[in-house]
Amino acid sequence: MAPPGAPRSGDAIFASVERVNAELFTLTYGAIVRQLLTDLEEVEEVNKQLDQMGYNIGIRLVDEFLAKSNVTRCVDFRETAEVIAKHMAVIQVGFKMFLGVSASVTNWDADGTCCSIILEDNPLVDFVELPDTCQGLYYCNILSGVIRGALEMVSMKTEVTWARDMLRGDDAFELQVKLLKQVPEEYPYKDDE
Amino acid sequence: MIGVGKIKQYSNVLDRPLSKGKQEVSLSAFAFLFSELVQYNQTQVDNISELERRLEDAGYAVGARVLELLCHREKGNRRETRLLGILSFVHSTVWKVLFGKVADSLEKGTEHEDEYMISEKELLVNRFISIPKDMGTFNCGAFVAGIVRGVLDGAGFPAVVTAHFVPMEGQQRPRTTILIKFAEEVLRREARLG
Repeated sequence: MAPPGAPRSGDAIFASVERVNAELFTLTYGAIVRQLLTDLEEVEEVNKQLDQMGYNIGIRLVDEFLAKSNVTRCVDFRETAEVIAKHMAVIQVGFKMFLGVSASVTNWDADGTCCSIILEDNPLVDFVELPDTCQGLYYCNILSGVIRGALEMVSMKTEVTWARDMLRGDDAFELQVKLLKQVPEEYPYKDDE
Repeated sequence: MIGVGKIKQYSNVLDRPLSKGKQEVSLSAFAFLFSELVQYNQTQVDNISELERRLEDAGYAVGARVLELLCHREKGNRRETRLLGILSFVHSTVWKVLFGKVADSLEKGTEHEDEYMISEKELLVNRFISIPKDMGTFNCGAFVAGIVRGVLDGAGFPAVVTAHFVPMEGQQRPRTTILIKFAEEVLRREARLG
Protein backbone atom coordinates (compact mmCIF):
# COMPACT_ATOMS: atom_id res chain seq x y z
CA MET A 1 0.00 0.00 0.00
CA ALA A 2 1.23 3.48 -0.83
CA PRO A 3 2.23 5.63 2.13
CA PRO A 4 -0.38 8.22 3.10
CA GLY A 5 0.01 11.41 1.14
CA ALA A 6 1.77 9.78 -1.80
CA PRO A 7 0.15 10.21 -5.21
CA ARG A 8 -2.07 7.28 -6.06
CA SER A 9 -2.06 5.51 -9.38
CA GLY A 10 -5.04 5.78 -11.69
CA ASP A 11 -5.59 2.04 -11.41
CA ALA A 12 -5.72 2.19 -7.64
CA ILE A 13 -8.21 5.04 -7.63
CA PHE A 14 -10.34 3.45 -10.31
CA ALA A 15 -10.45 0.25 -8.30
CA SER A 16 -11.61 2.09 -5.19
CA VAL A 17 -14.29 4.41 -6.59
CA GLU A 18 -17.88 3.48 -7.32
CA ARG A 19 -18.33 2.47 -10.91
CA VAL A 20 -21.15 2.06 -13.39
CA ASN A 21 -21.58 0.04 -16.53
CA ALA A 22 -19.76 1.69 -19.41
CA GLU A 23 -22.61 0.96 -21.80
CA LEU A 24 -24.98 3.16 -19.83
CA PHE A 25 -22.38 5.90 -20.07
CA THR A 26 -21.76 5.33 -23.77
CA LEU A 27 -25.42 5.22 -24.73
CA THR A 28 -26.24 8.26 -22.61
CA TYR A 29 -23.48 10.17 -24.34
CA GLY A 30 -24.88 9.03 -27.68
CA ALA A 31 -28.30 10.33 -26.66
CA ILE A 32 -26.75 13.71 -25.86
CA VAL A 33 -25.00 13.92 -29.22
CA ARG A 34 -28.22 13.01 -31.03
CA GLN A 35 -30.18 15.65 -29.12
CA LEU A 36 -27.60 18.27 -30.02
CA LEU A 37 -27.67 17.27 -33.68
CA THR A 38 -31.45 17.60 -33.71
CA ASP A 39 -31.50 20.89 -31.84
CA LEU A 40 -28.57 22.69 -33.39
CA GLU A 41 -28.63 21.22 -36.90
CA GLU A 42 -25.14 22.51 -37.75
CA VAL A 43 -22.38 20.01 -37.05
CA GLU A 44 -20.02 22.88 -36.20
CA GLU A 45 -22.42 24.09 -33.50
CA VAL A 46 -22.62 20.59 -32.06
CA ASN A 47 -18.83 20.44 -31.85
CA LYS A 48 -18.87 23.73 -29.97
CA GLN A 49 -21.61 22.68 -27.57
CA LEU A 50 -19.91 19.36 -26.80
CA ASP A 51 -16.69 21.21 -26.09
CA GLN A 52 -18.56 23.60 -23.79
CA MET A 53 -20.17 20.72 -21.90
CA GLY A 54 -16.78 19.11 -21.52
CA TYR A 55 -15.36 22.37 -20.23
CA ASN A 56 -18.14 22.60 -17.63
CA ILE A 57 -17.31 19.08 -16.53
CA GLY A 58 -13.56 19.69 -16.52
CA ILE A 59 -13.70 22.65 -14.18
CA ARG A 60 -15.72 20.62 -11.66
CA LEU A 61 -13.99 17.30 -12.15
CA VAL A 62 -10.62 18.67 -11.19
CA ASP A 63 -11.73 19.02 -7.56
CA GLU A 64 -12.57 15.37 -7.24
CA PHE A 65 -9.39 14.49 -9.04
CA LEU A 66 -7.19 16.46 -6.66
CA ALA A 67 -9.06 15.15 -3.64
CA LYS A 68 -8.68 11.50 -4.61
CA SER A 69 -5.32 11.37 -6.34
CA ASN A 70 -3.09 13.11 -3.75
CA VAL A 71 -1.39 14.77 -6.68
CA THR A 72 0.13 17.98 -5.46
CA ARG A 73 0.02 21.22 -7.32
CA CYS A 74 2.81 21.74 -9.76
CA VAL A 75 3.98 25.17 -8.60
CA ASP A 76 7.58 24.23 -7.89
CA PHE A 77 8.54 23.77 -11.48
CA ARG A 78 10.47 26.57 -13.09
CA GLU A 79 10.35 25.38 -16.67
CA THR A 80 7.09 25.51 -18.56
CA ALA A 81 7.97 22.29 -20.30
CA GLU A 82 8.31 20.51 -16.99
CA VAL A 83 5.01 21.84 -15.79
CA ILE A 84 3.14 20.67 -18.81
CA ALA A 85 4.93 17.32 -18.72
CA LYS A 86 3.83 16.85 -15.14
CA HIS A 87 0.29 17.82 -16.02
CA MET A 88 0.18 15.39 -18.88
CA ALA A 89 1.21 12.60 -16.54
CA VAL A 90 -1.64 13.72 -14.33
CA ILE A 91 -4.07 13.58 -17.24
CA GLN A 92 -3.10 9.97 -17.79
CA VAL A 93 -4.10 9.27 -14.20
CA GLY A 94 -7.34 11.13 -14.80
CA PHE A 95 -8.30 9.04 -17.81
CA LYS A 96 -7.76 5.90 -15.81
CA MET A 97 -9.56 7.19 -12.75
CA PHE A 98 -12.71 8.37 -14.51
CA LEU A 99 -13.02 6.26 -17.63
CA GLY A 100 -10.88 3.28 -16.73
CA VAL A 101 -8.84 3.66 -19.91
CA SER A 102 -5.15 4.09 -20.60
CA ALA A 103 -3.79 7.07 -22.42
CA SER A 104 -0.26 7.64 -23.61
CA VAL A 105 1.49 10.95 -24.12
CA THR A 106 3.84 11.39 -27.06
CA ASN A 107 4.88 13.67 -29.90
CA TRP A 108 6.41 16.40 -27.77
CA ASP A 109 7.52 19.42 -29.74
CA ALA A 110 11.01 20.86 -29.32
CA ASP A 111 10.21 23.33 -26.53
CA GLY A 112 7.98 20.88 -24.73
CA THR A 113 4.76 22.91 -24.75
CA CYS A 114 2.81 20.82 -27.22
CA CYS A 115 2.13 17.12 -27.12
CA SER A 116 -0.34 14.42 -28.04
CA ILE A 117 -2.56 12.25 -25.89
CA ILE A 118 -3.31 8.95 -27.57
CA LEU A 119 -6.23 6.96 -26.26
CA GLU A 120 -5.80 3.24 -26.25
CA ASP A 121 -9.45 2.70 -25.68
CA ASN A 122 -12.36 5.07 -25.92
CA PRO A 123 -15.59 4.12 -24.20
CA LEU A 124 -17.49 6.96 -25.85
CA VAL A 125 -17.46 5.40 -29.29
CA ASP A 126 -18.74 1.88 -28.72
CA PHE A 127 -21.62 1.14 -31.08
CA VAL A 128 -20.96 4.36 -32.99
CA GLU A 129 -20.63 4.89 -36.70
CA LEU A 130 -20.73 8.36 -38.20
CA PRO A 131 -23.28 8.71 -40.99
CA ASP A 132 -22.36 10.69 -44.11
CA THR A 133 -24.31 13.69 -42.88
CA CYS A 134 -22.09 14.02 -39.81
CA GLN A 135 -18.66 13.91 -41.40
CA GLY A 136 -17.58 17.20 -39.82
CA LEU A 137 -18.56 16.03 -36.35
CA TYR A 138 -15.94 15.52 -33.66
CA TYR A 139 -17.99 12.94 -31.86
CA CYS A 140 -15.81 12.86 -28.75
CA ASN A 141 -15.34 16.61 -28.54
CA ILE A 142 -16.53 16.55 -24.95
CA LEU A 143 -13.17 15.01 -24.01
CA SER A 144 -11.17 17.92 -25.38
CA GLY A 145 -13.40 20.27 -23.41
CA VAL A 146 -12.85 18.29 -20.22
CA ILE A 147 -9.07 18.46 -20.62
CA ARG A 148 -9.14 22.16 -21.42
CA GLY A 149 -11.39 22.92 -18.45
CA ALA A 150 -9.44 20.82 -15.99
CA LEU A 151 -6.08 22.32 -17.04
CA GLU A 152 -7.49 25.81 -16.82
CA MET A 153 -8.33 25.17 -13.18
CA VAL A 154 -4.67 24.46 -12.54
CA SER A 155 -3.61 27.68 -14.23
CA MET A 156 -2.89 26.44 -17.72
CA LYS A 157 -4.63 27.89 -20.74
CA THR A 158 -4.49 25.28 -23.46
CA GLU A 159 -5.85 24.58 -26.87
CA VAL A 160 -6.98 21.00 -27.36
CA THR A 161 -7.69 19.68 -30.83
CA TRP A 162 -8.27 16.32 -32.46
CA ALA A 163 -5.38 15.15 -34.57
CA ARG A 164 -6.73 11.68 -35.27
CA ASP A 165 -10.20 10.21 -34.84
CA MET A 166 -11.01 6.60 -35.56
CA LEU A 167 -14.59 7.46 -36.36
CA ARG A 168 -13.19 9.50 -39.23
CA GLY A 169 -11.12 6.61 -40.47
CA ASP A 170 -7.84 7.32 -38.66
CA ASP A 171 -5.95 4.58 -36.90
CA ALA A 172 -6.16 6.00 -33.36
CA PHE A 173 -7.69 8.68 -31.17
CA GLU A 174 -5.18 11.46 -30.75
CA LEU A 175 -5.70 14.75 -28.97
CA GLN A 176 -3.19 17.52 -29.42
CA VAL A 177 -2.65 19.71 -26.38
CA LYS A 178 -0.94 23.03 -26.87
CA LEU A 179 -0.05 25.30 -23.99
CA LEU A 180 -1.09 28.86 -24.77
CA LYS A 181 -0.03 30.45 -21.53
CA GLN A 182 0.35 29.83 -17.88
CA VAL A 183 -1.93 32.00 -15.86
CA PRO A 184 -0.28 33.16 -12.66
CA GLU A 185 -2.38 32.12 -9.74
CA GLU A 186 -4.30 34.94 -8.14
CA TYR A 187 -5.30 34.42 -4.60
CA PRO A 188 -8.51 36.06 -3.55
CA TYR A 189 -7.19 36.74 -0.05
CA LYS A 190 -3.92 37.81 1.39
CA ASP A 191 -2.40 35.42 3.89
CA ASP A 192 -2.55 37.83 6.81
CA GLU A 193 -6.20 38.65 6.44
CA MET B 1 2.33 2.09 -34.11
CA ILE B 2 2.71 3.59 -30.69
CA GLY B 3 -0.20 3.41 -28.36
CA VAL B 4 -2.75 1.82 -30.61
CA GLY B 5 -3.03 -1.00 -28.11
CA LYS B 6 -6.35 -2.72 -27.99
CA ILE B 7 -8.21 -0.87 -30.69
CA LYS B 8 -8.62 -2.69 -33.93
CA GLN B 9 -10.21 -1.23 -36.95
CA TYR B 10 -13.34 -2.55 -38.50
CA SER B 11 -14.89 -1.05 -41.57
CA ASN B 12 -18.36 -1.50 -40.19
CA VAL B 13 -19.72 -1.17 -36.69
CA LEU B 14 -21.61 -4.44 -37.11
CA ASP B 15 -18.43 -6.34 -37.89
CA ARG B 16 -17.05 -5.59 -34.47
CA PRO B 17 -17.31 -8.39 -31.94
CA LEU B 18 -19.96 -7.68 -29.36
CA SER B 19 -18.37 -6.85 -26.05
CA LYS B 20 -19.44 -8.75 -22.97
CA GLY B 21 -20.53 -5.50 -21.39
CA LYS B 22 -18.23 -5.82 -18.41
CA GLN B 23 -16.46 -2.52 -18.99
CA GLU B 24 -17.00 0.13 -16.39
CA VAL B 25 -16.45 3.84 -15.93
CA SER B 26 -16.43 5.74 -12.68
CA LEU B 27 -19.79 6.74 -11.26
CA SER B 28 -18.63 10.36 -11.23
CA ALA B 29 -17.93 10.29 -14.95
CA PHE B 30 -21.54 9.25 -15.50
CA ALA B 31 -22.85 11.72 -12.94
CA PHE B 32 -20.97 14.60 -14.58
CA LEU B 33 -22.25 13.60 -18.00
CA PHE B 34 -25.81 13.18 -16.82
CA SER B 35 -25.77 16.52 -15.08
CA GLU B 36 -24.67 18.15 -18.34
CA LEU B 37 -27.55 16.42 -20.11
CA VAL B 38 -30.00 17.87 -17.59
CA GLN B 39 -28.45 21.33 -17.62
CA TYR B 40 -28.35 21.51 -21.39
CA ASN B 41 -31.98 20.49 -21.65
CA GLN B 42 -32.91 23.08 -19.07
CA THR B 43 -31.67 25.73 -21.47
CA GLN B 44 -33.95 24.40 -24.19
CA VAL B 45 -37.27 24.48 -22.36
CA ASP B 46 -39.50 26.88 -20.50
CA ASN B 47 -41.44 24.51 -18.30
CA ILE B 48 -40.94 21.40 -16.23
CA SER B 49 -43.04 19.00 -18.25
CA GLU B 50 -41.16 19.97 -21.38
CA LEU B 51 -37.88 19.27 -19.58
CA GLU B 52 -39.13 15.88 -18.44
CA ARG B 53 -40.27 15.11 -21.96
CA ARG B 54 -36.84 15.91 -23.36
CA LEU B 55 -35.08 13.77 -20.76
CA GLU B 56 -37.52 11.00 -21.53
CA ASP B 57 -36.71 11.31 -25.23
CA ALA B 58 -33.01 10.97 -24.48
CA GLY B 59 -33.75 7.90 -22.37
CA TYR B 60 -35.97 6.42 -25.06
CA ALA B 61 -33.03 6.44 -27.47
CA VAL B 62 -30.97 4.59 -24.89
CA GLY B 63 -33.74 2.06 -24.20
CA ALA B 64 -34.23 1.19 -27.85
CA ARG B 65 -30.53 0.34 -28.13
CA VAL B 66 -30.40 -1.49 -24.84
CA LEU B 67 -33.20 -3.80 -25.97
CA GLU B 68 -31.39 -4.69 -29.16
CA LEU B 69 -28.07 -5.14 -27.40
CA LEU B 70 -29.38 -7.29 -24.56
CA CYS B 71 -31.64 -9.48 -26.69
CA HIS B 72 -28.62 -10.22 -28.81
CA ARG B 73 -26.20 -10.79 -25.97
CA GLU B 74 -28.24 -12.26 -23.14
CA LYS B 75 -31.13 -13.96 -24.83
CA GLY B 76 -29.74 -15.50 -28.00
CA ASN B 77 -31.62 -13.08 -30.24
CA ARG B 78 -34.99 -13.89 -28.74
CA ARG B 79 -37.22 -11.29 -27.23
CA GLU B 80 -40.14 -11.56 -24.89
CA THR B 81 -43.64 -11.61 -26.35
CA ARG B 82 -45.63 -11.80 -23.12
CA LEU B 83 -46.40 -8.95 -20.76
CA LEU B 84 -44.93 -10.46 -17.61
CA GLY B 85 -41.94 -11.71 -19.54
CA ILE B 86 -41.01 -8.29 -20.85
CA LEU B 87 -41.64 -6.68 -17.47
CA SER B 88 -39.34 -9.05 -15.69
CA PHE B 89 -36.81 -8.56 -18.49
CA VAL B 90 -36.84 -4.82 -17.71
CA HIS B 91 -36.87 -5.29 -13.95
CA SER B 92 -34.09 -7.88 -13.92
CA THR B 93 -31.93 -8.03 -17.04
CA VAL B 94 -32.04 -4.40 -18.13
CA TRP B 95 -31.71 -3.06 -14.60
CA LYS B 96 -28.87 -5.38 -13.77
CA VAL B 97 -26.86 -4.40 -16.83
CA LEU B 98 -27.48 -0.67 -16.58
CA PHE B 99 -27.52 -0.13 -12.84
CA GLY B 100 -25.65 -3.18 -11.55
CA LYS B 101 -28.60 -4.55 -9.60
CA VAL B 102 -32.09 -5.86 -10.03
CA ALA B 103 -34.75 -3.20 -9.39
CA ASP B 104 -36.07 -3.13 -5.82
CA SER B 105 -39.59 -4.10 -6.74
CA LEU B 106 -42.00 -4.79 -9.56
CA GLU B 107 -45.67 -4.48 -8.70
CA LYS B 108 -48.99 -4.53 -10.45
CA GLY B 109 -51.18 -1.50 -9.89
CA THR B 110 -54.11 -2.25 -7.62
CA GLU B 111 -56.55 0.18 -9.16
CA HIS B 112 -55.91 -0.25 -12.84
CA GLU B 113 -55.38 -3.44 -14.78
CA ASP B 114 -53.00 -1.80 -17.22
CA GLU B 115 -50.60 -0.30 -14.69
CA TYR B 116 -47.34 -1.69 -13.37
CA MET B 117 -44.71 -0.10 -11.19
CA ILE B 118 -40.98 -0.55 -10.87
CA SER B 119 -39.62 1.03 -7.71
CA GLU B 120 -36.13 1.89 -6.66
CA LYS B 121 -35.09 3.21 -3.30
CA GLU B 122 -32.25 5.25 -4.69
CA LEU B 123 -32.35 5.55 -8.45
CA LEU B 124 -28.91 6.07 -9.93
CA VAL B 125 -29.82 9.23 -11.81
CA ASN B 126 -31.41 10.81 -8.74
CA ARG B 127 -28.49 10.19 -6.46
CA PHE B 128 -26.72 13.47 -6.97
CA ILE B 129 -29.76 15.51 -7.77
CA SER B 130 -31.69 17.75 -5.46
CA ILE B 131 -34.78 19.38 -6.79
CA PRO B 132 -35.19 23.07 -6.02
CA LYS B 133 -38.59 23.97 -4.56
CA ASP B 134 -39.62 26.01 -7.57
CA MET B 135 -39.27 22.98 -9.80
CA GLY B 136 -42.09 21.16 -8.07
CA THR B 137 -42.47 17.56 -9.07
CA PHE B 138 -39.64 17.45 -11.54
CA ASN B 139 -37.94 14.06 -11.52
CA CYS B 140 -34.73 13.16 -13.32
CA GLY B 141 -36.07 9.64 -13.28
CA ALA B 142 -37.83 10.76 -16.47
CA PHE B 143 -34.64 9.68 -18.17
CA VAL B 144 -35.00 6.16 -16.78
CA ALA B 145 -38.71 6.20 -17.59
CA GLY B 146 -37.63 6.94 -21.14
CA ILE B 147 -35.26 3.99 -21.13
CA VAL B 148 -38.09 1.73 -19.95
CA ARG B 149 -40.43 3.11 -22.60
CA GLY B 150 -37.75 2.61 -25.25
CA VAL B 151 -37.29 -1.03 -24.30
CA LEU B 152 -41.03 -1.72 -24.11
CA ASP B 153 -41.85 0.09 -27.32
CA GLY B 154 -39.09 -1.66 -29.23
CA ALA B 155 -40.34 -5.02 -28.01
CA GLY B 156 -43.89 -4.27 -29.18
CA PHE B 157 -45.39 -3.16 -25.88
CA PRO B 158 -46.19 0.53 -26.31
CA ALA B 159 -46.81 2.22 -22.98
CA VAL B 160 -46.85 5.56 -21.25
CA VAL B 161 -44.06 5.58 -18.68
CA THR B 162 -43.59 8.22 -16.01
CA ALA B 163 -41.35 8.69 -12.99
CA HIS B 164 -42.64 9.78 -9.58
CA PHE B 165 -41.24 10.39 -6.14
CA VAL B 166 -42.97 8.42 -3.41
CA PRO B 167 -42.20 9.53 0.15
CA MET B 168 -41.16 6.70 2.42
CA GLU B 169 -41.87 6.58 6.10
CA GLY B 170 -38.76 6.89 8.19
CA GLN B 171 -36.60 7.68 5.17
CA GLN B 172 -35.22 11.08 4.39
CA ARG B 173 -35.29 10.65 0.65
CA PRO B 174 -38.29 9.47 -1.31
CA ARG B 175 -38.04 6.43 -3.49
CA THR B 176 -38.58 6.66 -7.23
CA THR B 177 -41.39 4.76 -8.84
CA ILE B 178 -41.52 4.20 -12.56
CA LEU B 179 -45.17 3.91 -13.52
CA ILE B 180 -45.91 1.93 -16.66
CA LYS B 181 -49.32 2.25 -18.24
CA PHE B 182 -49.68 -0.10 -21.20
CA ALA B 183 -51.59 0.79 -24.34
CA GLU B 184 -54.96 -0.86 -24.77
CA GLU B 185 -53.80 -3.00 -27.67
CA VAL B 186 -51.14 -4.60 -25.49
CA LEU B 187 -53.72 -5.75 -22.94
CA ARG B 188 -56.09 -6.97 -25.66
CA ARG B 189 -53.31 -9.02 -27.24
CA GLU B 190 -52.28 -10.38 -23.87
CA ALA B 191 -55.89 -11.45 -23.14
CA ARG B 192 -56.12 -13.16 -26.51
CA LEU B 193 -52.92 -15.10 -25.84
CA GLY B 194 -54.52 -16.28 -22.61
